[in-house]
Amino acid sequence: MIPELGHFALALALALALAQGTLPILGAGCRDPRLMAAGLPLAYGQLLAVLAGFGALMWSFVVSDTTVMAVMQNSHSAKPLLYKLTGTWGNHEGSMVLWVLILALCGAAVAGFGRGLPTALQARVIGVLGLVAVGFHAFILLTSNPFRRIWPPPLDGQGLNPLLQDPGLAFHPPLLYLGYVGTAVTFAFAIAALIEGRVDAAWGRWVRPWALASWSFLTLGIALGSWWAYYELGWGGYWFWDPVENASFLPWLAGTALLHSAIVVEKREALKIWTVLLAILAFALSLLGTFLVRSGVLNSVHAFANDPERGVFILGLLMVYIGGAFALFAWRAGALAPTGLFAVISREGSLVLNNLLLCTIAAVVLVGTLYPMFADLLMGTKISVGPPFFNTTIAPLAIPLVIAMAVGPMLPWKRADLRGVLQRLWWAALLAAGALFLCVALAGEKVWPAIGFTAAVWLVAGAAADLVDRTGLFRRPGQAWNRARGLPRAAWGAATAHAGMGVTIAGIAGMGLATDTLVSLRPGKAHRLAGYEWQLEGVRDVAGPNWSAREAQVTIRRDGVTVTVLEPQRRFYPAGRQNTTEAAIHATLSADLYAVLGEERDGAAVLRLHHNPLAPWIWLGAAIMALGGALSLSDRRVRVAAPTPKAAASPAVDHVPVG
Amino acid sequence: MRRRILLYVPLGLAAAAGGGFYAMLQGLRTGDYDPRGVPSALIGRPVPEFAALPPLEGGGVPPFSSADLRTPDRPVLVNFWASWCVPCLVEHPQLTRLAGEGVPIFGVNHKDTPSDALGFLRRNGNPFARLGRDETGRLGIEWGVYGLPETFLVDRGGTIRWRQVGAITEEVLRRDLLPLLRRHA
Repeated sequence: MIPELGHFALALALALALAQGTLPILGAGCRDPRLMAAGLPLAYGQLLAVLAGFGALMWSFVVSDTTVMAVMQNSHSAKPLLYKLTGTWGNHEGSMVLWVLILALCGAAVAGFGRGLPTALQARVIGVLGLVAVGFHAFILLTSNPFRRIWPPPLDGQGLNPLLQDPGLAFHPPLLYLGYVGTAVTFAFAIAALIEGRVDAAWGRWVRPWALASWSFLTLGIALGSWWAYYELGWGGYWFWDPVENASFLPWLAGTALLHSAIVVEKREALKIWTVLLAILAFALSLLGTFLVRSGVLNSVHAFANDPERGVFILGLLMVYIGGAFALFAWRAGALAPTGLFAVISREGSLVLNNLLLCTIAAVVLVGTLYPMFADLLMGTKISVGPPFFNTTIAPLAIPLVIAMAVGPMLPWKRADLRGVLQRLWWAALLAAGALFLCVALAGEKVWPAIGFTAAVWLVAGAAADLVDRTGLFRRPGQAWNRARGLPRAAWGAATAHAGMGVTIAGIAGMGLATDTLVSLRPGKAHRLAGYEWQLEGVRDVAGPNWSAREAQVTIRRDGVTVTVLEPQRRFYPAGRQNTTEAAIHATLSADLYAVLGEERDGAAVLRLHHNPLAPWIWLGAAIMALGGALSLSDRRVRVAAPTPKAAASPAVDHVPVG
Repeated sequence: MRRRILLYVPLGLAAAAGGGFYAMLQGLRTGDYDPRGVPSALIGRPVPEFAALPPLEGGGVPPFSSADLRTPDRPVLVNFWASWCVPCLVEHPQLTRLAGEGVPIFGVNHKDTPSDALGFLRRNGNPFARLGRDETGRLGIEWGVYGLPETFLVDRGGTIRWRQVGAITEEVLRRDLLPLLRRHA
């Protein structure tokens, strides 16, 4: 009965979304306040209906109702409760329900938090979100019904893919979807602006928090996915330039560009057309990711199993939303005239450079992802575009981006004196040069790690220099504390996020110095790697709730002192008859010690041992970036949707903060 | 005016990409487009040289060498499998059916132990006309095998004509393999 109620709730949500997608937009068109006001309760109602449907699905997973197809195919009664809950979105159907749930949440949030918005703009934004929801509800109900029953039911389910039974991956999809779907809100703002034919500073101010929130979640989601790949797949790598990874990276790049160009709209009323285009593009790339992952057109380890019928439906949705948006853009964007003018060397100029570089990187990633597919389609040749392509093409674009990341925030608006700014950055440059020499001296002539460490130090020191400059720490140390307190949170957020990028780059550079080895050891024997003594104590059988495993004990010593005991496992999940490797990792700030257990033969066990310097910094940096986003979100300017309050205009700030 | 035309560029690109994706989806259905298909450097080439493989004792069928694939009477399927490989179990009924229709299947038991391999054949039946062991995985390397199961079609001239990475499902059998077997018969 519960599954039928859930199915009904989803159908109800479709009806509500249809109303939400039409009434407020019509109301805004003919200035009918009652029709426009209808958007709010409809958005709340849709959220409640989707929540009910999602709850029903989750309930089916928790009680292991094997008459439900999705449960039967993806769950098993012996699975721990956490993975029964998270298994709700560990499959195609359930993840689509999570997708529309988050979309409904965004609609309700625009209704709830958007009280300061002009009524017509709010009505149109809610309406566009309703229209987007209509398509995805229809997709779920027509092609991917999560509540489909089977009869007679099997005794038990087939189990969730053991690779997905992991805390990292359990929360990777919700975070990622918050990011993906968050781009739907900025998309809705862009469409509303195109319909109204007006983009102004206020629009920029309302769009930015959504862009920031979606970007922060996307950052966390991508980081969590990469961390999962690092420890669960047991290859010791953290990013593979796999098409599905690229599919999440592309909206992140577009979102990052949007975040920065919206500042220009807000502060200077320039780059309007470009910002609207970026908002559409970010959502288009999110949808493209959904399409690539679920339609079966690409070959990836991460792709959902699926059929072309669903692909045609998603492609149809993509064409309606994105094609429609671009058509509207082509028709209306000409009306959005810029008002603010600026010199090339200025804050605006640096943000344009940021956008150009980010968009070029996005274009390169997009081409690298789609080229093999189109080459196969048009020429029938199989090509694989791998890490060498991406690494060699993106590095030359990333280097100027990193250089500009430290300089840009210190440039004043309209017109800037580049020399003056560079003078204030001299000590950051000095530190970066020091890092370069130190790396070459310690690690030898390894070009990319050396460049990476230089970039990392430059970014962190540059962010610090920006804060020092704004607070006048060295010029007037006595007032620095008061100035620091008076500094807008957005300025702190920007500096934090830029420094976080530096930390991530340091981690990536550290991984460039990683060493690993494959050894076959008998119990009691040891191997030396990276200054550590790795001794295999023994291999034993262990059992978990729904798996059994072979587990090795590897004692790691340094100069005779025991550092840690790693226990890598090779697990067997009987429900799906699948094996997984559970890498054992000893993480410290300076390095990861990482061991994987391979096959056993003639009393010896094959072990893969990795020493990964600074590896945790990759994800730590992403967390810092997201924290920067959150700091910026907590800025007074965002909380109070009123004209710039006095505090921000106080003499404490000699130029307007970026963030 | 130039500026207005530029505004249409995103629409044009999106439409072109959409058309391409639609063609891919159509191709997926008809089999013209297959993202999982992997080309083999060996297709169109004669089978690589190898000496007679060690036999599977108790398997009841003789092993083979590259000489047995030079000029077979009928096209031969060379199938790399192992008892520990789950998709091999999935394709087993299709292999059994082909063997029943008289298609010679030469099996290579890849990185497996003889006792496990025998257990697998006892439980599921033996569709192989010839069977050799490749315990070290050496032959697999020469044939460019990177996962199990993999199957190669060798025509009557000893040339490799087709490669399947992954299980020969009902659909692969009907769509690809049966037409190929007819063509090369």
